[in-house]
Amino acid sequence: MENFTPFSALAGGVLIGLSAVILLFFNGRIAGISGIMNGIFKSPRNEMLWRAAFLMGLIAGALLFKLIAPDFITFRSGYPLWLIAVGGFLVGIGTRLSSGCTSGHGICGIASFSKRSIYATLCFMASGFATVYLLKHVFHIV
Amino acid sequence: MNKILIALLSGLIFGLGLSWSQMVNPDKVISFLDIAGNWDPSLAFVMAGALAIATPAFIWIKKRQKPVLESAFHISHKTHIDKPLILGAIIFGIGWGMTGYCPGPAVAGIGMGNLEALVMVVSIYAGFFAERFFAGK
Repeated sequence: MENFTPFSALAGGVLIGLSAVILLFFNGRIAGISGIMNGIFKSPRNEMLWRAAFLMGLIAGALLFKLIAPDFITFRSGYPLWLIAVGGFLVGIGTRLSSGCTSGHGICGIASFSKRSIYATLCFMASGFATVYLLKHVFHIV
Repeated sequence: MNKILIALLSGLIFGLGLSWSQMVNPDKVISFLDIAGNWDPSLAFVMAGALAIATPAFIWIKKRQKPVLESAFHISHKTHIDKPLILGAIIFGIGWGMTGYCPGPAVAGIGMGNLEALVMVVSIYAGFFAERFFAGK
């Protein structure tokens, strides 16, 4: 557990929670990223704009952090891109079928005591654990 | 206009949070999911930090008649546990474990200049369109 970073994890989590609170309090919207991503291609224009603004803010926030602390995060290299492409496709299909992802179900839904979100979170955690186990310790793909 | 600025601010804080917590780093996410390896519980602490703020605040917000800038809350009131919910969540988890990215970090990763994140976002959209196509929407 030498890579465990409890302080920055909690601090970042508090910011994510704050972001969701601001969006619900002012705009009455759930900060679910998959729903916001999906919504920019099907809504009327006034519904599209806030979603585009949110996603631009998300990109800008990461960029800003990178400018403040350029060496805080280093990215892996050489990870198989086909795995990213296939996995990304599954993330897209899965989050549409279940109407949410880590943020929508895992944070906003659980914070609302939604039974659906609690079930969804248990399911994607379980299949995430199983998938990494198979890829790393059974098939040794990554 | 104010609603757009609020969304921008909310996204910005979300992006800072994903970065500070290192959830934009797929290795960090995979080491949480790798329970048989060198397990890193950080992701659980990110959720705990977010829930510690959001849970009490949501209770308070929902006591209001409406949000500050809209006439009503846009919240799902579904309670039924159905097959798409469970199947979709399982499929999402498989993709999450294969890549180390869920949708938020994939978008934020673009801001960090990470090529993988861009491939991830394009693939997620391909999945959205495929689901819409198969569902006949």
